[in-house]
Amino acid sequence: MQTETRTEAQQQQAHCHYVLRLADTSLVLGQRLAEWIGHAPALEEDLALANLSLDLIGQARLLLTYAGELEGQGRDEDALAFLRDAPEFLNLALAEQPNGDFAHTIVRQWLIDAWQLEIYGALEHSSDTRLAAIAAKAIRETRYHYRFSSGWLVRLGDGTAESRQRTQRALDDLWRFTAEPFAPDEIDERMSRAGIATPLPELASRWSARMEEDLRAATLTRPATQPFPWHGKRGVHTEHLGHLLGEMQHLQRSYPGARW
Amino acid sequence: MAAATSAMAEREAWELLAKVLDPEIPVLSIVDLGIVRQVRHGSDGRLHVALTPTYSGCPATEVIRRLVRTALDTGGYQDAVLEEVLSPPWTSDWLTAAGREKLRSFGIAPPAQSVAHPRQLLRAPAVSCPRCASRDTQRLSEFGSTPCKAHYRCSACGEPFDYFKCL
Repeated sequence: MQTETRTEAQQQQAHCHYVLRLADTSLVLGQRLAEWIGHAPALEEDLALANLSLDLIGQARLLLTYAGELEGQGRDEDALAFLRDAPEFLNLALAEQPNGDFAHTIVRQWLIDAWQLEIYGALEHSSDTRLAAIAAKAIRETRYHYRFSSGWLVRLGDGTAESRQRTQRALDDLWRFTAEPFAPDEIDERMSRAGIATPLPELASRWSARMEEDLRAATLTRPATQPFPWHGKRGVHTEHLGHLLGEMQHLQRSYPGARW
Repeated sequence: MAAATSAMAEREAWELLAKVLDPEIPVLSIVDLGIVRQVRHGSDGRLHVALTPTYSGCPATEVIRRLVRTALDTGGYQDAVLEEVLSPPWTSDWLTAAGREKLRSFGIAPPAQSVAHPRQLLRAPAVSCPRCASRDTQRLSEFGSTPCKAHYRCSACGEPFDYFKCL
């Protein structure tokens, strides 16, 4: 009886963490993109990045609210976004990487968009109907994001010598973060067993095929280096997340409960 | 008798909601936009109004909720319950025919395709200029002033215009 209760509690916590991982990746990437506002290379790109940011933060809000309910401690979306410290954030390490130049931002976006296409596409059929509803909504937005990022990947990669070199450099730099999104841990496995998530290895091959196709169109070279298994989704982050949170959470930390 | 009253209340609520305008595209009502999912007189004797968001991050969603609350309050339905529904997700196909016409006359090109036929979406849609009706138009950016719009220019009359995207 006691073991049963413990197993149930573990399952509930894993479920909550699984949703938080999705939420935090969207939130952190949305915050990163918002840093471009007023700084993008052209007005159209400024608007595009701001729109992507808005969609991602909207998705994060739906997911954070749900994670808060699963947690059952009374934390709402704001408490989860603004009052957790870096080790409690469960986003992919890739999402928190700094913007760098425009090529860097595009490569990061493209890698995550393609990952989200697979994840949301699978979650649309999840046994968790709430998560399925959020995924069905999000994937429509993600298709636009992917069209934007993959379109730019090709324009930059197959562009001038300068844009090509910068895009390849960004790819080489960010490639080490590409193992984490598809490396299952015990939470992912629990979710697969419960019919909530599709096993990650099943999604990895489709993602990889998409990468190949886009890189070929962009005349870029897939890095030969082996990606490193980062553990952002376990709360182990690169040094960049703390700085991002410092800015994002500043107001609520300095003036707790401030509203406008 | 009770059934007739609840049907009347529902009809009246639909009329109230048809006067609530989208804050960002103020020629469209929320009924034109297709985001009122259901109006139902519940067994608890209260009116239940179900809304669905367009884009997940659309800032108008919260404003619309407040506008709906006010409209129902002033219409005498202070105890109405507002619900949020996510499934099935809103798509641009939910725009009514009247809504599409209002968009065009406001200078925003309505969605050119149905998302019910995903194969169509693989090709770029032929968007007609809402001013001169020419199909000789050019997409400047897939993202515009609000999440639901893209930015176009008409090559015939030279005017830039917004296009309400297929989602």
